[in-house]
Amino acid sequence: MAELDTSGGGKKGGGKVRSKKASTRVDLTAMVDLAFLLITFFILTTTLQKPKAMDLVMPDKDEKTNQQLPVAASRTLTLLLGSNNKLEWYLGETGKTAPTVDNYGKNGLRKLLFEKSKEVLQATGKDMFVIIKPSDKANYNNVVTAMDELNIVGNQSRAIVDITPQEIELLKRDGLY
Amino acid sequence: MPRVKIARKSTAIDMTAMCDVAFLLLTFFILTAKPKIDDPSKADTPASTTEITIPEDNTLIVSIGKTANGTDVGPNGAANKVFLSIAGTDIRQEVLKTMGDQYKVSFTPAEINKFANTEVFGVPMSQLKQFLDMDARDLKNFDQKGIPVDTMVNNELSNWILNSRKADRGLHGKDMQVIIKGDRDKQYPAINTVISTLEKQKVFKFQLITALKAAPKK
Repeated sequence: MAELDTSGGGKKGGGKVRSKKASTRVDLTAMVDLAFLLITFFILTTTLQKPKAMDLVMPDKDEKTNQQLPVAASRTLTLLLGSNNKLEWYLGETGKTAPTVDNYGKNGLRKLLFEKSKEVLQATGKDMFVIIKPSDKANYNNVVTAMDELNIVGNQSRAIVDITPQEIELLKRDGLY
Repeated sequence: MPRVKIARKSTAIDMTAMCDVAFLLLTFFILTAKPKIDDPSKADTPASTTEITIPEDNTLIVSIGKTANGTDVGPNGAANKVFLSIAGTDIRQEVLKTMGDQYKVSFTPAEINKFANTEVFGVPMSQLKQFLDMDARDLKNFDQKGIPVDTMVNNELSNWILNSRKADRGLHGKDMQVIIKGDRDKQYPAINTVISTLEKQKVFKFQLITALKAAPKK
């Protein structure tokens, strides 16, 4: 392949006798070495795994566009994200029911969302609406985890809303603010 | 007719095929390579189970990162360290020109060119000229302050985003997809300022960069 045909060019007999030429075979070892070195470099520097992203849609806060639909309190679950990776939840209106403290784990938030959405679906025949209210003491990871748990459960009706002073008081009372 | 000779086996292996393969692979990797951009925001993204990959074009990534010493509040009370990464060199050029007009800073063609090749930046407008004049060595040690985001007085981030969106509309006729990359330990208010900045511009749909985590078995 890498060698050229160095024989006499096919003339048989009567041709000039040529002196044997040195082979044109090139030693490719060094070239292969270099090629693999470069491959290694490119493999290590490329980002094959592209970052993943989560879609987030915020509610329009503009008062003028009056397109807000009322949602029944009975099928609204509110999550108050507090400090120390803990959250509080309550079903219904603020202050009517005492909030329960829970964590973000598999047996915490996810279990809660599964159970409550089932309950709400049975009671009202509609999907549960989840409002996430991160307090100033919650970190970004908590918000993403909460959204992710909703994705896992398959809940599509949710919103991130600002927390009210009344709810901060609830968090403070339970030592999560 | 050549004489029949017992061929002496050479110890040299034919490298041709190996060389072919090696260069084929090399070509592939060079063509697909997109060098890792050193992210000055040092944001450690939270994990989620979503598997949507972010698009490459028409994006604007707002990174909210750790401060230099890793704490939440940086020197002189600056809680946020916001970096911006605008996709597309033509858009970056356009944005810098409009931003220069707006903040009365004139940039030389060399500076505009440098900015067009800067993937990520996080300096206030007052320092931008200095930042662009620096050579690569100084740049490495330069502590970028972050783009000021203040919902009340000085919101440079808002102007950057607005101008990039305008530039993308004007140059490509497309809508910019805003992506937020936040550090997992960042307190929520830091993220919320960026989100409310976007909401003021009527951007309600954006994406959050997350690291992939295995989805739980159903």
